[in-house]
Amino acid sequence: MDINMTLIGQTIAMIVFVWFCMKFIWPPILHALEERQQQIEEGLAAADKSQEKLVEAQAKADEIVAEARHQATGILDQAHARANEIVAEGKDAGVKERERQLTAAKTEIEAETNKAREELRGQVSAIAIASAEKILKREIDGKAHDDILGKLAQEI
Amino acid sequence: MAAEGGHGPQTSGEYITHHLQNLQACKNETGEWVWNQCAGNPMAINVDSMFWSVFLGLIFCFLFWRVAKASSVEKPTKWQAFVEIIVEFVDSSVKETFHGKSNLIAPLGLTIFVWVFLMNLMDLVPVDWIPMLSYALGIEYMKVVPTTDVNITFGMSIAVFLLIIYYTIANKGITGFIGELTLHPIAPPLKGAGLLAAPFIIAFNFILESVALLAKPVSLSLRLFGNMFAGELIFILIALLGIWQLPLHFGWAVFHVLIVTLQAFIFMMLTIVYLSLASEKH
Repeated sequence: MDINMTLIGQTIAMIVFVWFCMKFIWPPILHALEERQQQIEEGLAAADKSQEKLVEAQAKADEIVAEARHQATGILDQAHARANEIVAEGKDAGVKERERQLTAAKTEIEAETNKAREELRGQVSAIAIASAEKILKREIDGKAHDDILGKLAQEI
Repeated sequence: MAAEGGHGPQTSGEYITHHLQNLQACKNETGEWVWNQCAGNPMAINVDSMFWSVFLGLIFCFLFWRVAKASSVEKPTKWQAFVEIIVEFVDSSVKETFHGKSNLIAPLGLTIFVWVFLMNLMDLVPVDWIPMLSYALGIEYMKVVPTTDVNITFGMSIAVFLLIIYYTIANKGITGFIGELTLHPIAPPLKGAGLLAAPFIIAFNFILESVALLAKPVSLSLRLFGNMFAGELIFILIALLGIWQLPLHFGWAVFHVLIVTLQAFIFMMLTIVYLSLASEKH
């Protein structure tokens, strides 16, 4: 239990071991530890950030869907309106066409009627003239009474 | 049983003294290296203490260096995780106590903690195994627990002591160091008639503070030595009890595990505390 040179030997050994630890053991291990801490920190931050981004993207997507829905409704409304318009236009056109055809038919009928009437009138007057001629051949000169006969034919 | 083991019939006293004897080497008067004839020779070396201390230090360095060399950030091995627990534990202890910036104190703490722990742990090897094996190999004495050798603990505390002085001077200057030794705890008067008393006050302070300073390494080493020596002695005494040593040895070993760890921790913690005191400005 005497104090001897072991004391110096142990001091030297300790200095060497501490130096070795300081040089080759402590820095790499602590570096790995700190780097891992940093990585975990960064990972958590990135996770937070992506969570935020997800929420943002969700909101954006909702917005886009709402916009699209809105647009679709608009388009649908427009389409309905246009369809109504087309139907109305068709109706209008039908009515007009019908009226036009009706008018045309009426005009034609009138024209035919007039024509028939003219013909009839001509024939009647011719018959009247013929019969009057036959009657009057005996008594009156046809030429002298032509104006009266014309008036008669007009009245018919 | 163990009392009769090894080398012929022994009394209990002989057995105990044999176990407490270091394997020593020194030069005798004729300049030759001799074994075990060195009592009182200040130039002797306790070969067994030195061997086990350096051997365990190398084990520490090797195990930790292997982790340090291959330390991986993403995929730590289990052994790396274990080493990192110890490193982190030492690192947090240092950060709690020492507020300056130093590249030395944390590795110093780690080395002290693990090394002292390993040296103390040798106490749990049954007291006769290695000495009897050595005896069979022709080595007469073998003390396997280096921390039961006062030279070893003093050797470490002297290194710490040198660091305390270095840190004090590095942080407070040589004047600060002298001032710390002489101007506390009683501040010497600077003017008037009290000036006459100043040298006495300074001398008084110096004696007081020197003792306080020297008490640090002495208490540091004697605490460790005392605990481990007493523990070792009790193991030796238990080994004398025949078959009853089995339960007793177990009980004391369980208790001793606490002492082994605690003393290693205390040595490390006090080193850190002393060094932080040395580098803090008041």
